[in-house]
Amino acid sequence: MVAALSPPRILPSGDAAITVEFSRTIDEEANRRVLALDKLVASAGLAAVTETVPTYRSLLVHYDPLQIGFDALGEKLTELALQPLPEAKAARRWRIPVAYGGENGIDLEDVAKALNITPDEVVARHVGGDYKVAMIGFTPGWSYLSGLPSSMQMSRRQNPRLLTPPGTISIGGIQTGVQCLAGPSGWHLLGRTAVRTYQLGRDPIFLLEPGDAITFAAVDEKTFAEQDRAAEAGAFVAELIAS
Amino acid sequence: MSKLIVTSVSPGSSVQDVGRFGAQRYGLVPSGAVDRLAMAAANALLGNTLFAATIELGPLNSVFTAKGGAVRVSLTGATRPADIAGTPFNVNTSVTLADGESLNLGVARAGTFGYLAIEGGVRGEPMFGSLAVNARAGLGSPYPRPLQAGDELLVAAASSANEKRIDLPAPAEGPIRVVLGPQDDEFGDAKELFLSSEWKISATSDRMGYRLEGPVVKHLHGHNIVSDGTVNGSIQVPGNGQPIVLMPDRGTSGGYPKIATVISTDLGRFGQTQPGRAFRFKAITMAEAQAEYRAFAELLQSLPGRVHDSNILMLDIKALLSSNVAGVAVSATDDNTWQAPQTADAQD
Repeated sequence: MVAALSPPRILPSGDAAITVEFSRTIDEEANRRVLALDKLVASAGLAAVTETVPTYRSLLVHYDPLQIGFDALGEKLTELALQPLPEAKAARRWRIPVAYGGENGIDLEDVAKALNITPDEVVARHVGGDYKVAMIGFTPGWSYLSGLPSSMQMSRRQNPRLLTPPGTISIGGIQTGVQCLAGPSGWHLLGRTAVRTYQLGRDPIFLLEPGDAITFAAVDEKTFAEQDRAAEAGAFVAELIAS
Repeated sequence: MSKLIVTSVSPGSSVQDVGRFGAQRYGLVPSGAVDRLAMAAANALLGNTLFAATIELGPLNSVFTAKGGAVRVSLTGATRPADIAGTPFNVNTSVTLADGESLNLGVARAGTFGYLAIEGGVRGEPMFGSLAVNARAGLGSPYPRPLQAGDELLVAAASSANEKRIDLPAPAEGPIRVVLGPQDDEFGDAKELFLSSEWKISATSDRMGYRLEGPVVKHLHGHNIVSDGTVNGSIQVPGNGQPIVLMPDRGTSGGYPKIATVISTDLGRFGQTQPGRAFRFKAITMAEAQAEYRAFAELLQSLPGRVHDSNILMLDIKALLSSNVAGVAVSATDDNTWQAPQTADAQD
């Protein structure tokens, strides 16, 4: 007997979007429900829904108010959210190579000090994690992963950096992330990957989907540099190790 | 082929249309024009589809020059002085630049963004169905960045259509209307403070977000929430209690509580509010907001019907005079029957 699901909160995000909130905190079960609702909304063929944005704890549903009102869509979404969750399926899994430390991960030493372990142990723990893409957001391809080992969790930097390099792999709070474009970040920078989660002119333009599983693998600086050149030319993507 | 040369251009000017949709789930924000009504009106003046790409102009001086042939353009949005070789050119009208002629655009007097449409639309390679510039994502065409002096836009040869004016309803006055939520329950009494206070837009605002200056809006449970999705007009409140209204180049997700959302109808009017100018917010119900949404959609669709030949009254008078029947109906010396042709400036 499966326990009855609690209804989500239906919150207005202006006059043309609804936030379907399953939890206020980062919660694996809530994220599963977000991703399940995302699939259900897509397959329900709701013409008024223009696009959806899954996040850790909520699904943002953009819609056309000329076609459906807030109350009617809210009821429909609640109904879909209360459908039993599908059996958990094995997600497709990517291996993402990371050059840890040095110029590529300028915070590795500080993270090691803060955790009172060696830099090698930081790398071993990060590589040892089993991660899932919980959401993609902020800037194109910025993938937020759940599954960071609890022994690596630490609060974000007091002073966010205004510019961090493309391909940065970082940790912040209970999350780790794969950043695609250069940009601001308040997370701790552990390394860089040559994998572009967003690349114009490539098919697919966006590599990862919410729900994908991720395994990190440590590579040396030279390998990173080679992979980065290949990736720039569109010849290197990421290894799909299970689909 | 005719070209429109960017001889000089205000900072913050870029090609914009309604934006690109469908990839917010991958972190790609739609971008698009800040003031969609003004953008659509500029297109309507030239017979373009309403949401064809236009040049969104920042508030300072710009000069555009036709090269290789005549180029027909229109201007809407922020009111500003404009001229072609000293001949004044009004906002909300069209004009044809002869080969070599320059359109001089002055500093915005009311509003922030102007919209310069080109007959046939800006030409470029759409990505995800849009030419809109999103510099951070490397998207936008013909240049994936704000415009710079020396840029050249390929354009259609000007048609021989009569020049037009568009009659727009007077811009709404009064507070910027919002729908509370999605995280208004993170605020308590500060909600009242937010709604009853006067706000100003900070000079450090841009197409990502407009920072507001006013009283400190305090959170009940701290300023960190788990990131969730954003929309145009989301009003997020960071730790310092000074709200930020998210604009078309926003991040697709954000980790600050969102007290309210500007209604779609008021996004353009809000976006045109000049830094330093005081304004207030007003909360309305979802039913009211969605009624406004429908009315705004009707207004957009009505734009082509609001376009008229800019010189039609003059021509009619001449025709009537020459056919010697004018005296029956209209006398140029009689205030009761003669009305000066209305220009956009008369509405300023």
